[in-house]
Amino acid sequence: MKTNDLIIQTTTKVVFYIIFLFSIHIFFAGHYTPGGGFVGGLLMSSAIVLLLLAFDLKTVQAMLPVNYTVVTAIGLLIALATASGSIFFNVPFFTHAFDYYNLPLLGKTSIHTAMFFDTGVYLVVVGVTMTIIQMIGGDE
Amino acid sequence: MINLLLFPVLIPFLFATILLFFPKKVKAQRIMVTIGLLLSLISAIMLLIKVKTDGVQAITLGSWAPPFGITMTSDMISALLVTSSIIISLFVVWYSFTSIGEDREKAFYYPAILFMLTGVNGAFTTGDIFNMFVFFEVLLMSSYVLIVLGGEKVQLRESIKYILVNIVSSSLFVITVGYLYSVVGTLNMADISVKLATIGQSGIVTVIAVLFLVVFGIKGAIFPLFFWLPGSYAAPPLPVLTLFGALLTKVGVYAIMRTYTLFFTTDVGFTHELLMILSIITIVAGCIGALAYFDLKQIIIYNIVIAVGVILFGASTMNENGMLGSVFYLIHDILIKGALFLLIGIIIKITGTSDLRKMGGLMKRYPVLAWSYLIAAFGLAGIPPLSGFVGKLLIVQGGFEGEYLWQSIFILASSLIVLLSAIRIFIYAFWGEEKGVKDISIKTYRHLLAPTICLVIVTVLYGIGSEYLVPFMTDAATVLLDPSVYTDAVFGGVK
Repeated sequence: MKTNDLIIQTTTKVVFYIIFLFSIHIFFAGHYTPGGGFVGGLLMSSAIVLLLLAFDLKTVQAMLPVNYTVVTAIGLLIALATASGSIFFNVPFFTHAFDYYNLPLLGKTSIHTAMFFDTGVYLVVVGVTMTIIQMIGGDE
Repeated sequence: MINLLLFPVLIPFLFATILLFFPKKVKAQRIMVTIGLLLSLISAIMLLIKVKTDGVQAITLGSWAPPFGITMTSDMISALLVTSSIIISLFVVWYSFTSIGEDREKAFYYPAILFMLTGVNGAFTTGDIFNMFVFFEVLLMSSYVLIVLGGEKVQLRESIKYILVNIVSSSLFVITVGYLYSVVGTLNMADISVKLATIGQSGIVTVIAVLFLVVFGIKGAIFPLFFWLPGSYAAPPLPVLTLFGALLTKVGVYAIMRTYTLFFTTDVGFTHELLMILSIITIVAGCIGALAYFDLKQIIIYNIVIAVGVILFGASTMNENGMLGSVFYLIHDILIKGALFLLIGIIIKITGTSDLRKMGGLMKRYPVLAWSYLIAAFGLAGIPPLSGFVGKLLIVQGGFEGEYLWQSIFILASSLIVLLSAIRIFIYAFWGEEKGVKDISIKTYRHLLAPTICLVIVTVLYGIGSEYLVPFMTDAATVLLDPSVYTDAVFGGVK
């Protein structure tokens, strides 16, 4: 039976970007306000799950041709690389550093290596959640 | 290189992550996993030498001061355990090349092994009780993957039991750490040790000690809590069983030894008495199981239970010889259980069954296998020049010195039963008329035999060379008996 799901599909097209932007916001705000890589990653995967609900698995895979196992692995590598950077400076593992930079659009911004670690967490959460959902949802 | 003690944890983790990128390329997986394990072995040996020359190594992550950051501590016992766990993984991986089958290799088998090694090494190295919980979960989750990988019916059934038991024990672990945190207000193991010493003898601390015994007893299979072990360990394929049998229960045993020597030293009369009684009953239960079965796997699995009891008995005596003996026996047991499981793996491959009554007469066609099995069996029982001897001798000596006469006699008697159970396999499988022999190709046989023989040789060298190992073992026992060595290393220059 083919149902007409025009409304949910149209809404999803709009809402997806709002959730996506919110997840990015939560991710960057994590250092000073509640949020961070884990919640941000979950929000991002919930946006993709919304796509999965509105469209079917094949369409979404065509939209986002991503292998989520690889996403997980990249996330782990980023987290490990950030933490291991300290090894090269001969300080204890996981020692973070930060400094202020003048970025083109944002102006004076503090960049902390903990953020790169959080990027790893973000990617791992997205990768793992989406792998689980696609594995259970996909029936091939 | 102040980060050296983290390398045996980080290198397997790095390589496991890299292996996630190309699961289907079996050859590349094999090469990378070997490189990764060799690198970790090198780093572990460097760490061993470093700990031998410079004493206990400690580092607090993130450059925080010790009680506030996560401390990683590598003393002699953890360096030794890390090295032997990497050695076992190396041999198991080598054995897996011919034995595990391509389907499993393509389904993240090697990454799971490396993640498990990360967890095991991390649990051995950590100096923070909650971090230990996290590393326990890392190794348990990878072991869930390994136990169910392949999806045979029996694996599915047993993995449900295994996961249920471990989730219960993990929740208990969190609750216990919660209790401990509310009593001492810290999670750093060295700091806990100092704080508990100032609190002194108090009821709640003893309760927490017993709770820790329950938690780690489930992981390490001591008497009333080993019920999950025989079924769950018999389910996965042989290389996985080898890894589990050699490493996983030992992590629980190490955790008991660590907490009972570092934390709970104030009410020894109750806690260590309890540990001793439980370890003796564990030995008895293991002996009954080892004699009762005609199944190769079950016999060796119950031998794990016996060994856990013996090691914990040595630790519970809390004197120099007993502790030295249990460190010796712990490392011996990791190596010898690895060797025995790989050996019976070959027997099962040849005969196609694990029932002793359906096999016989392998001696004529496979003499090398037979003699190396005999050597390993003698090593297990503790016949003098071989590896099990020194450890058990010292444990029994420690028992007599602590005036635990009957308990020590139990240990000696258990050796006889261990020998009997292992020799029974030898008699049934290798003597008599030839039956149940399926021809496996000579190439497969050789490929399976090579890592096994090498591991047997390692155990023999461990036995013969115990003289050279004594200084290492003494260092390990010293740290266990004197917590101040440990805490001083962690707080070096801070307090």
